[in-house]
Amino acid sequence: MTAKTLFEKVWERHEVVAETADTPAILYIDLHLVHEVTSPQAFSLLREQNLKVRRTDRTLATMDHSTPTDAAEIAGRVPIKVKSAAQQIQQLEKNCTEFGVELLNLHSSQRGIVHVIGPELGATQPGKTIVCGDSHTATHGAFGALAFGIGTTEVGHVLATQCLLQRRPKTLAINVNGKLPAGVTAKDLILAIIGKIGVAGGTGQVIEYRGSAIEALSMDGRMTVCNMSIEAGARAGMIAPDDVTFEYLKGRPKAPQGAAWDKAVAEWRNLRTDSGAKFDREVHINGSELVPMITYGTHPGMVIPINGSVPNQPNDAVFMKSLAYMGLQPGEQLLNKPIQVVFIGSCTNARLSDLELAAQVMKGKRVASGVRALVVPGSQAIKRDAEKLGLDKIFLDAGAEWRESGCSMCIGMNGDTVASGQYAVSTSNRNFEGRQGAGSRTLLASPATAAAAAIRGCVTDPRELLN
Amino acid sequence: MEPIRKISSKTVVLPYSDIDTDQIIPARFLTTTSKTGLGQHAFSNWRYNADGSAKSDFILNQPAAQGCQILVAGNNFGCGSSREHAPWALLDCGFRAVISTEIADIFRSNSLKNGLLPIVIDKDNHTWLMSNPGVQLEINLETNSLSLPNGKVVTFSIEGFARYCLLNGVDELGYILKQLDTIKQFEQAHA
Repeated sequence: MTAKTLFEKVWERHEVVAETADTPAILYIDLHLVHEVTSPQAFSLLREQNLKVRRTDRTLATMDHSTPTDAAEIAGRVPIKVKSAAQQIQQLEKNCTEFGVELLNLHSSQRGIVHVIGPELGATQPGKTIVCGDSHTATHGAFGALAFGIGTTEVGHVLATQCLLQRRPKTLAINVNGKLPAGVTAKDLILAIIGKIGVAGGTGQVIEYRGSAIEALSMDGRMTVCNMSIEAGARAGMIAPDDVTFEYLKGRPKAPQGAAWDKAVAEWRNLRTDSGAKFDREVHINGSELVPMITYGTHPGMVIPINGSVPNQPNDAVFMKSLAYMGLQPGEQLLNKPIQVVFIGSCTNARLSDLELAAQVMKGKRVASGVRALVVPGSQAIKRDAEKLGLDKIFLDAGAEWRESGCSMCIGMNGDTVASGQYAVSTSNRNFEGRQGAGSRTLLASPATAAAAAIRGCVTDPRELLN
Repeated sequence: MEPIRKISSKTVVLPYSDIDTDQIIPARFLTTTSKTGLGQHAFSNWRYNADGSAKSDFILNQPAAQGCQILVAGNNFGCGSSREHAPWALLDCGFRAVISTEIADIFRSNSLKNGLLPIVIDKDNHTWLMSNPGVQLEINLETNSLSLPNGKVVTFSIEGFARYCLLNGVDELGYILKQLDTIKQFEQAHA
C-alpha cells in the first residue's frame, strides 16, 4: 500500500467524487459550523432557491463575532451598542429556527467563539472534515481534522448539499524539533513559523505540524498553532491525533461514548502520516532556539524576537508605509515601548491555559496606569472554569476588565475597539491596519507577553515576570 | 450568473503587496445581512478621513479611476479573512477583475463564485502593469489571455471548472445538487 500523509488519508476518505482534470472533487463535510456574520446571505440563497438545510445534524451555529461582551447588554438590561450587530444576531436566531439548525445563542451556557466551542463540546474530532465561514477554522486541525475556512457562497453549498467543490491542495510539513524554552509558548512558535515562511508561504497548501516540540504541546497549544495557519496563507493546518488528543475529547458531550468511543479511538490511531509518505515541501525549525516573539508591522509575518529591533528596508515602499502606519522607525527596539491597550482573548489565545498563563504574570500586581487591559474568555465554559480557579479575581484585582466570551477586540465588530494611534499588545491573530479599530496599532504576542505589557505599561520580555 | 467572456477597461493600480481583506472591507461593515451596497465602504480606511470626507490623494477617489473595471495590485492580494464581502465590495465598486502575482486562496475562491476574475500573471508583466497605471487592457477568458497596449499578449490560468462556469453562466450549486444521489450513496456507505 502506498504511504500516505495524514492529510491524504482524511481527504480521500471524504471524496464523494474524486477530482478529474476538468472537475474538482466533491468533498463531503462532516461538520459545518455557522456564525452570524458570514451566514445571513447563505440562508437567503436557500430561501430564494426553496432549499432546506440538508443535514441539520451536521450543522451547529453560534454567535461570537459581533456579540457584546458586556453582561448588561447580553442580559438585555441595556440595548446592544451596535444596532446593526443586534439585527445580525436576531437574523441568525430567525434563520436557525426556520431551518431547524441547533443554535447556541446569546443566552446559552455553551456559547463561545466558534473555534473554541467546537472542540470544547467534542464536536471537533480526528479525521473529520470541518468547515466554517471563517478563516480561523484551521484551529480544528489540531485534532487531526481537515478544517478550513470558506466563503458565504460555499456556506450555502454546504447547507444545501453537505458538500463542497474542492481542488486537492498541496502538502507542507513543518517539522519542529527540540524543546521550547521556558517562557516560550505555542503563540511564539507559530509567529516564528510565519516569520520564516511568510504570509503567503502556505498558499495552496495544507500544513502538517510535526516533531517533538509539536507533540509536547497541550491541545490548547496545538489549537493556537493550527489557528494561525491561515496567517501563513495555508488552507489548513493539521496535527496527528495522539493520547493528548483522546484525553482531551473523552467524555465531552458530542464525542462518541462507551463502545463507540473505543472503536473511534482505534480508528483515530491510524490518522498519522505513514513513514515514507512524501510531502510536496518540508520546513525544519529548531524549537529549542526560539524566544518570545512580537509583531511590529501590519501583517503577522512582520515579526521579531521580543528583544530584537525593527528591520530596515529603506527601498521597500510598502514596508516603509507599514512602519509609518505603526509609528515605528527602522532599527528601533520594541522593548520598553509604551502601550495603551492589552487584549487577552480571541480564537487564538482565550482558552483556559492562556488565561492561567496571563494570570500567573498578573497575580498580585496592578495594570500600569493609563493602560486598558481587557480579558475576554473564549467561551462561557472557559469563563466559568476560570472563575472556579479564581482567575477573574486576579484580573479584576489587577485592574483589568473581565468580560463575557466572544471575538471582541480581535475584530472590533461589537464596539470593543482600540482607538486610532493607540498601541495594543494583543493575543489575537491579525495586526492588519485598522483590524482592532480604525487607526489601531496592533502588536501580536503571547498571553504572557500581553500580561507583562499590561503590568509594566510597555513592551516587556515576559520571562522577567514569569518565575 | 451572466456568462463572462471579455473585459475591456483601463486599470487602477494599488501599489501595495499583501492587501488583506480588512483593507478591502473593514470588519465594521460586516454587520450587514445583504450582499449589496458594500462598494461605498471598499478600502474605507484608505479612502476616507475620520470625518467621512474623501482623501483626495487616494487613487480610487481620483477622476482617472472612475469607471475602471480592472484592479492591479501587489503580491498576495486578498489575504486574511474568508469574508465574501471583499469581492462583493469590489464588484459593487465596478471592478470585474483583479490582477496580481499571487492571490490568496479563499479570496480567489470567493471571487470566482461572484464573477470577479482573479488573475495571476508573471512578475515581469506585473511589474510593467504596476508602473503603467491607467493602461487599456483586454481580458479574454475564452483564450485565457490578457492583451497589453504594447501589443504583448500574456496568458494566465484560472481553475478549469470555475472558468467553465464563468464562461457559461453555470451555477456551482446546481452542479452539486445534480449529484445528490451520489452524495446519498456516499452517506449510506460511510454511516
